[in-house]
Amino acid sequence: MSAIGQSMRRKEDPRMITGRGRYTEDINLPGMLHAVLVRSPEAHATITSIDTSAALERDDVVAVLTGEEMAGDFAGPLPMVWVPPGVEIKTPENWPLKRGEVKHVGDPVAVVVATTRHGAVDAAEDVIVEYDTKPAVVNPEAALEPGSPLVWDEFGTNRTHEWAIGGGDIDAGLAEAEVTVEHRFVNQRTSGAPIEPRCSVAEFRGDDLTLYSTTQIPHIARFVFSGVLGVAEDRLRVVAPDVGGGFGAKLQTYAEEALVLALAKRLGRPVKWVETRTEHMSTSHHGRDQINYVTLGAKRDGTLTACQVRVIADLGAYQQLLTPFIPELGFPVMGGCYRIPNIDLHFTGVFTNKMATDAIRGAGRPEATYWIELMMDRLADELGMDRLELRRKNFIGADEFPYETALGIVYDSGNYQGTLDKLLEHFDLDEFRSEQERLRGEGVYRGVGFSTWVEVCGLAPSRAVGPQGVGLQAAFWESANVRVTPTGSAIVYTGTSPHGQGLDTSFAQIAGDILGIDPQNVDVHHGDTDQGTWGWDTYGSRSLSVGGEAIVRAAQRVQDKAKRICAALLEAAPEDIELVDGKYQVRGSPDRSMTMAEISGAAHIPPNELPADIEPGLEESAFYDPENFVFPFGAHACVVEVDAETGKVQVIRYVAVDDCGPAVNPMLIDGQVHGGIVHAIGQALYEQVVYDEDGQLVTGTFVDYALPTAAEVPSFETDRTETRSPVNTLGVKGIGEAGTIAATPAVAAAVLDAIRPLGVTELDMPMTPMRVWQAIQGVGPRSTEQGRALDDHGDGSAGSGPTGPDEGGAA
Amino acid sequence: MSATVHVEVTVNGERRQADVEARLLLVHWLRDELGLTGTHVGCDTTNCGACTIHMNGEAVKSCTVLTAQADGAELTTIEGLATDGELHPMQAAFMDKHGLQCGFCTPGMIMAATDLLERNPNPSDEEIRHGLEGNLCRCTGYHNIVEAVKSAAGAGVSA
Repeated sequence: MSAIGQSMRRKEDPRMITGRGRYTEDINLPGMLHAVLVRSPEAHATITSIDTSAALERDDVVAVLTGEEMAGDFAGPLPMVWVPPGVEIKTPENWPLKRGEVKHVGDPVAVVVATTRHGAVDAAEDVIVEYDTKPAVVNPEAALEPGSPLVWDEFGTNRTHEWAIGGGDIDAGLAEAEVTVEHRFVNQRTSGAPIEPRCSVAEFRGDDLTLYSTTQIPHIARFVFSGVLGVAEDRLRVVAPDVGGGFGAKLQTYAEEALVLALAKRLGRPVKWVETRTEHMSTSHHGRDQINYVTLGAKRDGTLTACQVRVIADLGAYQQLLTPFIPELGFPVMGGCYRIPNIDLHFTGVFTNKMATDAIRGAGRPEATYWIELMMDRLADELGMDRLELRRKNFIGADEFPYETALGIVYDSGNYQGTLDKLLEHFDLDEFRSEQERLRGEGVYRGVGFSTWVEVCGLAPSRAVGPQGVGLQAAFWESANVRVTPTGSAIVYTGTSPHGQGLDTSFAQIAGDILGIDPQNVDVHHGDTDQGTWGWDTYGSRSLSVGGEAIVRAAQRVQDKAKRICAALLEAAPEDIELVDGKYQVRGSPDRSMTMAEISGAAHIPPNELPADIEPGLEESAFYDPENFVFPFGAHACVVEVDAETGKVQVIRYVAVDDCGPAVNPMLIDGQVHGGIVHAIGQALYEQVVYDEDGQLVTGTFVDYALPTAAEVPSFETDRTETRSPVNTLGVKGIGEAGTIAATPAVAAAVLDAIRPLGVTELDMPMTPMRVWQAIQGVGPRSTEQGRALDDHGDGSAGSGPTGPDEGGAA
Repeated sequence: MSATVHVEVTVNGERRQADVEARLLLVHWLRDELGLTGTHVGCDTTNCGACTIHMNGEAVKSCTVLTAQADGAELTTIEGLATDGELHPMQAAFMDKHGLQCGFCTPGMIMAATDLLERNPNPSDEEIRHGLEGNLCRCTGYHNIVEAVKSAAGAGVSA
């Protein structure tokens, strides 16, 4: 029986449910020192003096070092890797410890190293830093105004870059439109907030540096830090042990990683740094923080003619690894799953005195889906059309794939009608509408929101994304090494680096099927640059569709060799050997067969019968660069109930029908969808990183930054359709980010649908009780900036006029 | 440097004694001194519950207990939950229902869930959800955690 397609229980679990997982913070090395950072309490200031003498007097302190003192420890600053052809991106030098000026709360100015962590914390309190405060800017639109305080004086502007792309003829498309709707959307700043904080341990032993780190990207980290430290790549090993969630927050090359490496090298002893949660909230990169001005045009019959978007992206104070690229990463799907012949996209990046933004689960695509889907609702309302009917009218048809969009992006496969049809089999909309109406009469306000989503993932075809494409100074192929041991077990090394996805299991299923080995005897290794092949790690829902395909190819090569060995030993032709139920047998003569263990034994201890042209051993590698992205899609429905007295929103039902191609492990897919949806519910209803107008971080702990708990969310109803991708042989698409990309507009639309009879037609995320209550009372802002009211908001836009109770639901 | 305190504690059935700093948090003693690294620290503010253990049979967040307060107590950590090599039914249920992904919140979640069933052997979905709201998970969306607890309750965990 094929292992692919089974909900095999996870090979990761036995260690994790018994406390035997090995996370970075669990690593303690002999003689290890502890580093604690002294960080700026100011949003923007000049460092006038640093007095480390009191800290240095403490018995347990080994070193206290400032940015100036460590200047010689680094060969280069922390890099940003996007160099789009023809576009200059203002990129300030970003040193692990700051010299001269600090640019946001939490910016590191000194490091204390002591024999205990407690001692280092105490000593850090004794470091006296004096600052000369400068004006801070936190609002990205204000930062673009003439006369705004500058984050970086040397650039003379807070504008980091502009980037544009389009297709068709936007002027013609807008002229052709009989109806246009315009709206301003705010996609608020969020935190990745994995439950495991970051941690890094560095060791300098012999001539080699080793970094153990809570990272999604050990291979990229070695590449980057060999440059930052000025050490040869072969002298640096990076290990990602069990990693307690990433969500993009660990897709970064962080200052603290560079620091512990430099300190281990300088001091000759292992050094550990553990992030506090407050450090996570202030100095692990944030996500989102975009303002989108969107215009959508259509014919009176609903046929879309034009989509124009102006994105203002708050990038914070520095350019981290991918900071300026993240807003643009959403561009391939900024027409959604709809036929839109004319699209015009323009992006402006802005410096502010806040932590840098970068990739957080979905990275550019949740922002896009949010405005696309809510704009479809607004357009439907303006046209007086059913919201789902408008979607159906504009869906790219199942028979139109591969479909080239106006932006020149080729969607690989899809059946958008199919997922919506299946969703409505689970969710009876007519029944809901009558129930909704009845309950409104009782003062109970329920609403439904839909999201028919598509996303782009499987990063990435190097020609499209690399230096010759949009300009990332990297490639995005993936690798695998598959080795069969002499006794017939397999060891698979993948260049991807999981942190909760269950790849030890799903990759064992894939390799096991191709090799003819029980997946329980296939051990998947990853996250160690001293093992296996070079890889490009885990992000962008790429592990299965890119890394999995590399495993398919490497395993197929092993199978081919196994067949040649088997054929030689059974005196048959290699093309006559077939793999059936774990046995390599001669076609038509199932009694003449060998197991993989027998074949591998012969490969490692070759008998005389093996031909000279068969090399010993049974191990192959493969490197796979995909021809295209993959485009998973689906249809979600969210039902909420809003307490009109308190403004509290409760998600009471959520139905998700997704399509990520054939399932390798359905249980793992459901798990990814559940978690992704809750991440999106968090953004829609609860989560926001808030800085006050002076740049002070207000949400520095989980007391102030509200992650959804079990009590806030419902159980989910999930189903799938399976549309193969032609891009890879498994036919699969990524599913790790899908729920997060899909769900924010469904939740937001549901809230708006619920409170529409109370006169509310617009409200920005997070739709907290206070905001919802204020909107119902008509006293609060509907549109916001960094959690505070703007004096005026987007009234006057075509789709947002006053609405009376008589208008009712639109779908 | 603060004064030291002598403590005698039973941890997973073993008597342990130590002189600890008065300010030493129980979770740091378990992790750093006893090497019981299955208990995790996720937040520093008693919100996330990754450090949940049992103290005298009740769930506590060990980041909010001083080691000195545990003097004379009986503690069970995730490492002590299985008996004679047999998984506790809650551990088995988490695996069977895919109640974990990255595994970081899992030890605390399992310790909180077993405590929940001690107090309420047959909880409703809502009671499970409210019973676990002191434990944060960013991966699973809680759906399969609730399924795991229901499954363990059905297996008569607390009996």
